[in-house]
Amino acid sequence: MFHRPRPAVRRAIIAVPFLAALLLAMRLDRGPSRSAADAAQPGFVLRDETARVGIRFVHRRPSFDPKISSIEPHVAALGASVSVTDFDGDGWPDLYFTNSRFGEPNALYRNKGDGTFEDVAASVGLADLNRMGDGVSMGAVWGDFDNDGHEDVLVYRYGYLALFRNVDGRRFEEVTASAGLRRWVNSNSAIWLDYDRDGLLDLYVTAYFRDIDLWHLATTKIMHNSFEFASNGGKNLLFHGVAGTRPGSPRFEDVTDKMGVGSTRWTLAAASADFNGDHWPDIYLANDYGPEALYLNDRGQRFVPSTAGLESESKSGMSVALGDAFNRGRLDAFVTNISERGYLFQNNNLRLNEMAEAGRFRNIAEGAIADAGWAWGAQFGDFNNDGANELFVANGFISADRGKNYWYAMSKIAGANARFFEDAATWPRFGNASLSGYEQSRVYLNRGVAGWIDVAQRVGVTDVYDGRAVALADLSNRGAVDVIVANQNQPAVLYRDYPDRTHHWIGFRLIGTRSNRSAIGAEVVIESGDLTQRRIVDGGSGFASQNDRRLHFGLGSREWVDRVVIHWPSGAQQLLQRPEIDRLITVTEPQR
Amino acid sequence: MSDATSDVVHADGAAQSTLARLWQRGARVDPRYLIAFLITLVLVSAQLRYHMFGGYDRLVIALGVCVATEALLSWFDRGKIVNLLSAYISGISLTLLIKPQGGALWPFALGGFTAISSKYVLRYRENHLWNPTNFAVSALLLAAPAHVSVLSHQFGNDVTTNLVIWIFGLVIAARVGVLHITLTYVASFLLLNSVRSLALGQPVMPEIAPITGPMYQLFIFFMITDPRTVVRGRRRQIIVAILIALMETVIRFASDSGWPLPTGFNAAPAFFALALVGPMAKWLDLRRLRYK
Repeated sequence: MFHRPRPAVRRAIIAVPFLAALLLAMRLDRGPSRSAADAAQPGFVLRDETARVGIRFVHRRPSFDPKISSIEPHVAALGASVSVTDFDGDGWPDLYFTNSRFGEPNALYRNKGDGTFEDVAASVGLADLNRMGDGVSMGAVWGDFDNDGHEDVLVYRYGYLALFRNVDGRRFEEVTASAGLRRWVNSNSAIWLDYDRDGLLDLYVTAYFRDIDLWHLATTKIMHNSFEFASNGGKNLLFHGVAGTRPGSPRFEDVTDKMGVGSTRWTLAAASADFNGDHWPDIYLANDYGPEALYLNDRGQRFVPSTAGLESESKSGMSVALGDAFNRGRLDAFVTNISERGYLFQNNNLRLNEMAEAGRFRNIAEGAIADAGWAWGAQFGDFNNDGANELFVANGFISADRGKNYWYAMSKIAGANARFFEDAATWPRFGNASLSGYEQSRVYLNRGVAGWIDVAQRVGVTDVYDGRAVALADLSNRGAVDVIVANQNQPAVLYRDYPDRTHHWIGFRLIGTRSNRSAIGAEVVIESGDLTQRRIVDGGSGFASQNDRRLHFGLGSREWVDRVVIHWPSGAQQLLQRPEIDRLITVTEPQR
Repeated sequence: MSDATSDVVHADGAAQSTLARLWQRGARVDPRYLIAFLITLVLVSAQLRYHMFGGYDRLVIALGVCVATEALLSWFDRGKIVNLLSAYISGISLTLLIKPQGGALWPFALGGFTAISSKYVLRYRENHLWNPTNFAVSALLLAAPAHVSVLSHQFGNDVTTNLVIWIFGLVIAARVGVLHITLTYVASFLLLNSVRSLALGQPVMPEIAPITGPMYQLFIFFMITDPRTVVRGRRRQIIVAILIALMETVIRFASDSGWPLPTGFNAAPAFFALALVGPMAKWLDLRRLRYK
């Protein structure tokens, strides 16, 4: 029979596991030992070569109506963007950065092909886009909307949209009004897609603030009506590209309501791909102050909202990156969110695409990959060419006075009833405080079932800028994935990738014929022994960014590719057998 | 008086007597059942309306660990398994309050265990001093700030859900006989933080805003009114509620002034105010009763 000890002894016995539990919590809080990161062999280095290549772009944030000056740092914390294009068709990727202060120019860095860049924005007509009355730039997205072989560009602003037609790769003419796009949208994202597969690019523009003039406010009641389920943002817009009355002058028709995609959540990012395998491009949204959203394309006739498991946790979606996380031949979604030690863990989402079999995405983010601080733009890229995607995540919100932290002030209103924060005038004054400032970007190494591990420090990513947009491109056509980061109110950074030289790779440049000429939305699946991987030609993704539309696959030590399947936006499929590796292959869509 | 009016009067009278009967029945119910009902209501409405769990595994772990720990420790310490209702309340409170980093589940397990075991370790004269959930959350915020945050915004910042919980909460607090504690704390919070905003030259709205949030609902209806950890006597309970609000104001002042406090103090000043003042008051109260 159990003989119970005296009360004092019993208490002492219980105190042992009690204290052990507290000590265990402290130990677990320290996370895995550094040795895990140190032991990892990233197989690549990212070197900051911004100055060496001649990129001197510094973003400047906007100023708005003095009525909201008390929280202007918060409201004016967006606008640094970067997109990759080859505007002059010389085979070398160029870079376009947006600025966000009246009078400050945007920059178009032409890749000279010798490892250096020159800013030609002013000479081609893409610099002076931040003007009183028109608004300030928030980002840009490139696509050949008139299928003439030259990449055109849409600049989205807090203000009027601006569409520019590329004239012979040497200059740009604004065609916003004639294209039917003269609309005021306070937008932080836009993507090109061809939702009806008619070969003409369509345009989805997301809205953040509703369509107010932030420089002439009639009211200060402009903020979100919930930190979790806000629905009072601007209305997202879908424009259908239609052939114009004369060649080279397509128009865009607003089909938002007809297609059912006019969300008024505070959308910060969008991406498009065929998630459910029905060969029609769907739309995925990352919404600030709200749950993510997925619109499934019903044969180009309408979009159907699908919960798809995205409603389970409402967060602050900042960016949506698409990539084949575990080489399943699927495009998964990585959505960034906010995490701040002790205050808030919204956690990033790595959502595995299980649409085909289960009709849903499954969030598997845990550990290091779930917490990248106040995370913004992210992109999947195979930096070490081993055949598995890594993830680059930019982060940091507002870096100001290191001694003043706005998180405490934020915590006062974040849990409160909506009427306490819908009005900008009732927010605590921001002053010169920091809010998740001075955070270091994350570079997550993909170790498969062993999980993702941050190797940023190890591979040379050490800046603590307030990162916003991340774009990836093989800037020197050498089989490496370089990283370009646009930082808010700070200099842009270019990290040149130096992957393991023993690893092989293959790249594809796609040219649409029946599809849109930019081949935006085309998906390529390669098979090489045990490796299967899918990538998509980017019409805009991440946060305020667009990657190189040429597709790069690392192969590791594999010395051949068995076959390549190209799913063109037109619905056509093309098969390539045993293509040569370690080179960029240009593929033109078959006419029939 | 017309017949129609008379019918209305009769109907009103019948409704009043039904309410009165319910009220009287409520008075006979173990207060823990009423509190358990309220916290279950909060849990269900939060999940159905806002999907706020982030995974049922969290609920299962927190609840399972709390109940199992209570059963095991009560058997070990007292030779019998006690009523597990308070463990149920702690488990649900922890599920609602703990927001972990990266889907970590261990905070729910360790939180559940420390909450319940604190009742058996941190005792004075056969009484535990800390509200178990308050102790566990405060301890985790201090011990594991990189993995644990507290409920900061949930329930959609929505007035409807807030109102439902407030109404049920106030009715049940009245039935349990702790309404004076709730009201004293709320009044003190509003007064002291209005004064604080004046002293700081800040707008008053953000300073009183927190009281409208769900974290404070849980605090007001489940922590400071915990029948086992409040002091004896209505007047003393009112004084302690004022002292807790005062301590919270001091912590907030320190946060306003940028003192290098642990993050948890800034994120959940009310919890730490209770964790500091509550046990001290309880200890003094038990001491007083001993000498008396």
